[in-house]
Amino acid sequence: MSLDLARFHKTFFEESFENLETMEQALLCLDIAAVDAEVINTIFRAAHSIKGGAATFGFAAVASFTHHAETLLDQMRSGARPLAQADIDLLLRAGDCMRNLLVAARDGAEADVRQVAEVQAELERTLLTPSPGAPAGAPPAADGVAVAAPAGNGWRIRFAPHPDLFASGNDPVRILRAVADLGALRATPELPADLRLLDADPETCHLSWSLHLQGAVERDAVQDCFAWVEDECELLIQPLPAGMPMAAVADPVSAAQPLPAAASNPTRVEVAARATRPANDGASIRVGTEKIDALINLVGELVITQAMLTQQAAGLDPVQNEKLLSGLGQLDRNTRMLQEAVMATRMLPMEAVFSRFPRLVRDLAAKLGKQVRLVTVGEQTELDKSVIEKITDPLNHLVRNSLDHGLEGPEERSGAGKDATGTITLKASHQGGHIVIEVLDDGRGLDRRKILDKAQEKGIACGDSMSDADVYQLIFAPGFSTAAQVTDVSGRGVGMDVVKKNIVALGGTVELSSTAGRGAQVLIRLPLTLAILDGMSVGVEDQTFILPLSSVVESLQPLAEQVKPVADAGKVVRVRNEYLPLVDLRDWFGLPGARRLPQQAIAVIVESEGRKVALQIDELVGQQQVVIKSLEANYRRVRGVSGATILGDGRVSLILDVAAVVRLSTQAAAA
Amino acid sequence: MSTSANDITPVNAQIAAGMPNEFLTFTLGAEEYGVDILKVQEIRGYDTVTRIPDAPDFIKGVINLRGTIVPVVDMRLKFKLGKAEYNEFTVMIILNIARRVVGMVVDGVSDVMQLTAEQIRPAPEFGGVVNTRFITGLGALDKRMLILVDIEKLMSGPDMALMDAASQSLQ
Repeated sequence: MSLDLARFHKTFFEESFENLETMEQALLCLDIAAVDAEVINTIFRAAHSIKGGAATFGFAAVASFTHHAETLLDQMRSGARPLAQADIDLLLRAGDCMRNLLVAARDGAEADVRQVAEVQAELERTLLTPSPGAPAGAPPAADGVAVAAPAGNGWRIRFAPHPDLFASGNDPVRILRAVADLGALRATPELPADLRLLDADPETCHLSWSLHLQGAVERDAVQDCFAWVEDECELLIQPLPAGMPMAAVADPVSAAQPLPAAASNPTRVEVAARATRPANDGASIRVGTEKIDALINLVGELVITQAMLTQQAAGLDPVQNEKLLSGLGQLDRNTRMLQEAVMATRMLPMEAVFSRFPRLVRDLAAKLGKQVRLVTVGEQTELDKSVIEKITDPLNHLVRNSLDHGLEGPEERSGAGKDATGTITLKASHQGGHIVIEVLDDGRGLDRRKILDKAQEKGIACGDSMSDADVYQLIFAPGFSTAAQVTDVSGRGVGMDVVKKNIVALGGTVELSSTAGRGAQVLIRLPLTLAILDGMSVGVEDQTFILPLSSVVESLQPLAEQVKPVADAGKVVRVRNEYLPLVDLRDWFGLPGARRLPQQAIAVIVESEGRKVALQIDELVGQQQVVIKSLEANYRRVRGVSGATILGDGRVSLILDVAAVVRLSTQAAAA
Repeated sequence: MSTSANDITPVNAQIAAGMPNEFLTFTLGAEEYGVDILKVQEIRGYDTVTRIPDAPDFIKGVINLRGTIVPVVDMRLKFKLGKAEYNEFTVMIILNIARRVVGMVVDGVSDVMQLTAEQIRPAPEFGGVVNTRFITGLGALDKRMLILVDIEKLMSGPDMALMDAASQSLQ
């Protein structure tokens, strides 16, 4: 049995994390002033699914903790508890605990017991003390039919299962027995008036019940009896009016009559919610990335085959082969569209990243005592999933930095004549084949003087004559941090150089600009996908190599006097007062064929980590986007090669790992 | 072809024992070799190969096999069997071993054969081009002799330099 369930664990965790996200986002958009019942329902449902799943799969810690949060949510949902900011904060923290517990359950690790216990204790305390301002009892949902009554008297329950209740394996009798265990229960079944017993389908549930439960029973206990069928019935639980004896409600007609009316309102909300949910479920399916990658591979092949056909058809007589040629034209268009559509399946909207920031900003602002407004623009901009995963941490860091160092406190802002609430803007947009992500703040801006002083103090090469852009780039130097004191928000000095390294590793660039007193802007430019590279194809002998375009500085045909031998180790080429090591790709790749003199060849200057190298090649072939393929899947890592690609004619071309070539050749030159 | 195609029972016993009984045979120099047919993905002509730096000479390079990059080993160079010529008759056996795909250039592909357990003799220490470690047995077929090779072991060995050390230790 446990083996069987283990198969579903992965799905359970995926769904639970999604539910947590949903819960968190909904919590953040809850407005205390104008409570939206649907939002609370969403949060409740998310928590409820996590609890249910966790209990089913035997993650008792998750289930029992979530139960407390759910109880609090239920009080909010039923209106028994007016919404308070403190409760929302508590629920957010409870969400964090649930995530920790889930992660611990998934990895089989130990959760932070202390933190969980703390939040759980707080939840329990909150549940016991009715929040201030709450009416003594539970104001009922809709039209105020029921009278406020202290809990403890009993409950009036209307339970109307959906007709297909049996199909889910639930038995109302069992539920009613469970309710009867709680106290004195009087159940009045109701039959639809138009039901003809002879025609009735035995597998359909026709009955509904009005229940009167007497005794000091917690609402939760009652609710729990229905936990399994909550989504499959109309359920209304109301406190019994105080002092009402059993006899008074004996007449089922008069007692039950107002209830359907009372039930109608909340029920409608529920139904509406249910109607929208399946639509969402149907709009997306979960597909493994390896399936999509296989699809991308196949389409890539199709594009190559199509290119080959077009090439072959170019020599045909257009009059005689009109139909064939127009068919090929159609194939060309369709292939391209297919390729775009398939590539789009790997794309996710930036929302996936941006959605985590409201929480972060809110928590940080509270910690730092600053007032911050977060604006996000362009959430719908789409980006490759693998890039999204890798950009999240750097962005996180940048937003923390803006909040901690960039934005001033409210007094300072007011003093400077600015809005006391600072603004951080996250903006994503497409520009050409790139995506541009901006982190803007309207804080104090970067201080050129301070950066220079700091750089000098840290022994980083700099000078007063440097341009602003160059000075700002100093921030990305390893070990640089301008925060006057180290906080736990940012300022450990490991931040910005890691940010830059991560972005560069993605094939992107990062720029800083700033206006003193007006704010700073970080601009990140990223390729849309990691699967495609902008490359420059170069020819050496009969082979074609791809250089990542982002690392190419320039190309030139060196003059004989520009090239100088250095001992017997190699050659250097002089380009505008710089001596760069000259690396002959023919030697590097061990290609046969006679060496050319540098002046008969072309030198491409490439840069990596601030160091430049001139690569000697035979010819420049062109510039193209290439699909990156792994060499290691069937072979092994090769020194100086980062991957391979397939050219339009079906041949394999190696992609040069410029960083490695530069590192190895400058090392060789230094040795 | 096989002389024992009708002799079903021993073959079944072999299948039950997990031993290969169908072999693809190929020639290398004067010798005839057999590899388990289940390891063979396809046979194709020799394509243009892209050279790889830093590789031994018997690794000719990589080819594009329907979108995947596949390394190609020339067994004739690996075993130093005279001249390795590449023309329209040069064939390549695409092998599927240890969840990887490898191309192998040989002198020629001859046949698919079924061998019964009686036809497979233990391998003596002898001086073939393939190291005895990789030979699982000798197949006797009338006057011919098949050298049966454990191609998976041979290809994943460190001297083939086809895999990183890390993935070798995983095998």
